[in-house]
Amino acid sequence: MIRIENLHKSYTTGVNKLHVIKGIDLRIEAGELVSIMGSSGSGKSTLLNIVGILDNYDQGSYHLDNMLITEMSEKKAALLRNKYIGFVFQSFNLISFKNAMENVALPLYYQNVSRKKRNIAAMEFLDRMGLKDWANHLPNELSGGQKQRIAIARSMITKPKIILADEPTGALDTATSYDVMKLFKEINDLGITVIIVTHEKDISEMTNKIIRLKDGLIESVNGTKILVEDHVNEMSNV
Amino acid sequence: MFDLDRWQEIYTALKSNKLRTFLTAFGVFWGIFMLMVMLGSGKGLENSVFEDMGDFASNSAFIWAQKTSMPYEGYPRGRNYNFTNDDMKALKDNIDEIDLLSPRLQGWAAGDGQNNVTRGLKTGAFNIQGDYPQINLIDPNKMLKGRFVNDKDIEESRKVCVIGPRVLEVLFNKEEEPIGQYIRIKGVYFQVVGVFKPKNKINIGGDKEQTIFLPFTSLQKAYNFGDEVHYFSVTAKENIPVSIVDKKCRDLIRERHHINPADDQAVGGFNLEEEFNKMRGLFKGIAALMWIVGVGTLLAGVIGVSNIMLIIIKERTKEIGIQRALGATPAKIISQIIMESVFLTAFAGYIGMVFGVFLIEAINYLLETSGANTDMFKHPGVDFNIAISALIILVVSGIFAGMIPAQRAISIKPIDALRDE
Repeated sequence: MIRIENLHKSYTTGVNKLHVIKGIDLRIEAGELVSIMGSSGSGKSTLLNIVGILDNYDQGSYHLDNMLITEMSEKKAALLRNKYIGFVFQSFNLISFKNAMENVALPLYYQNVSRKKRNIAAMEFLDRMGLKDWANHLPNELSGGQKQRIAIARSMITKPKIILADEPTGALDTATSYDVMKLFKEINDLGITVIIVTHEKDISEMTNKIIRLKDGLIESVNGTKILVEDHVNEMSNV
Repeated sequence: MFDLDRWQEIYTALKSNKLRTFLTAFGVFWGIFMLMVMLGSGKGLENSVFEDMGDFASNSAFIWAQKTSMPYEGYPRGRNYNFTNDDMKALKDNIDEIDLLSPRLQGWAAGDGQNNVTRGLKTGAFNIQGDYPQINLIDPNKMLKGRFVNDKDIEESRKVCVIGPRVLEVLFNKEEEPIGQYIRIKGVYFQVVGVFKPKNKINIGGDKEQTIFLPFTSLQKAYNFGDEVHYFSVTAKENIPVSIVDKKCRDLIRERHHINPADDQAVGGFNLEEEFNKMRGLFKGIAALMWIVGVGTLLAGVIGVSNIMLIIIKERTKEIGIQRALGATPAKIISQIIMESVFLTAFAGYIGMVFGVFLIEAINYLLETSGANTDMFKHPGVDFNIAISALIILVVSGIFAGMIPAQRAISIKPIDALRDE
């Protein structure tokens, strides 16, 4: 599903050049439930942004569903995001003036689905999340867990191939976090690839594959160390 | 356009800071309000002037004899000469472009300081003019009673006269019937055959309110004017500029009276077409000035809208970032922001326009009902066309006002917008 080879990314701020991702090779197959861990500054958010086509990369290649993702117009990027990827954020990022149902329906709005149809679809997903009764409430009338479930419903409504979650449990208490993780597992059981960025060990342990990043490189996958030499070997193999 | 989600967004964005929205809208409101009021007032001024001109033939010219200023064919400069009855015939015969030709003799003027007309014990000083019937087509008067001078009067040099409203007032009692009565003008009795009222405020050769028209030939003969003509009024045939007729008449006069063809001073006169054009030019200038000031004010308002939109974008950076992550294309974001800005400008502008037109109409209504003396200001009003062009200006400026903020909005990368710090 995701094939990343020798990915490099650096940011330039003024005269300083910050090399954030220093050659990552990564394969994630369809239907995997993956967590990406790492301390801050390890490049995990940047990696997620690149995977989510929110940011571009400098070197290497990124294939999504066998399609090379490279420099493209914002319009095309928006269409691809809308079609392939669902986003879940730490701070939920719901639109404050839209009620739960409208928030869930929003991605379909960008596909020009009629209001009636998208609201029906949104109600269906809210029902699955057990939030049908909250459909007409605004985000500030809901608890953190409810908000995150609405955000998850929103990410699922376009039936994406991948769901990218950036610290989805970061703002939730433990019990709610576990509920949310249960939800991700259920989504994963439907065959959707789920990638979760987190720094909580217990959360990552609920996934099938744990990728640790350190200083812009993959340090280990499921605890198996990947040595720098391996990187060099892999690079020479390509 | 009729997309509920868009309107919801617009409503929320504008509602979030009501005072700010109101003040921004007020800038645009004031701009268009001023534009409407100024253009409406300009129209009022213009109407008053052109209504004063009434149906005075705008393709008319007037020429009269003056002293020559150049020597010619043995004659010295500074020579006096008169237009004559023969000139009239020559002008008519030789210049095809002339439509109406009316000679005039100015007998006496109201301002001469002497009473020149008496009727019984009543007496007064009036303008005594000798005219052809054609003058009433060039400078039309309304006949209150009786008739104007006619061809028979001219032919037979009848001793009849047509009197203005002021003359009627001075020489007759209120209930008296003036038609058929005799008045004595400089010792000669004339029978009143008509009472007129001026239809415009262009007075050539004295205030028409206090004028008595005699048949041209009667005045010429009764008071020994010989074959003298004081001035000619001419109009051009349809589609011919009167300036051409004016020039041809002057050339012919100069030729007939042995005047240097280059002597412009020898024939005095003016043509109304030029005067009309000057007036029109003046009012075009006034209108242009008003547009510049009005549009300038409007522009200030629109820049205000643009500024506020930039702030709104800044406040909504995160929201826009979310929308873009979820698949909103840049075009969608741009059209949303431009629609917001167009809505704000068009709505505020429309209110301004309605208020402006309302004020102008109210003034118009008050002027008309109060019956105030409104020589300088008549029927102010805003053309439908002007209102439409103002609306178009509003929408276009709304689009421009939204353009920079929209550009700003899509230049923000979604990842920057979504950053949690």
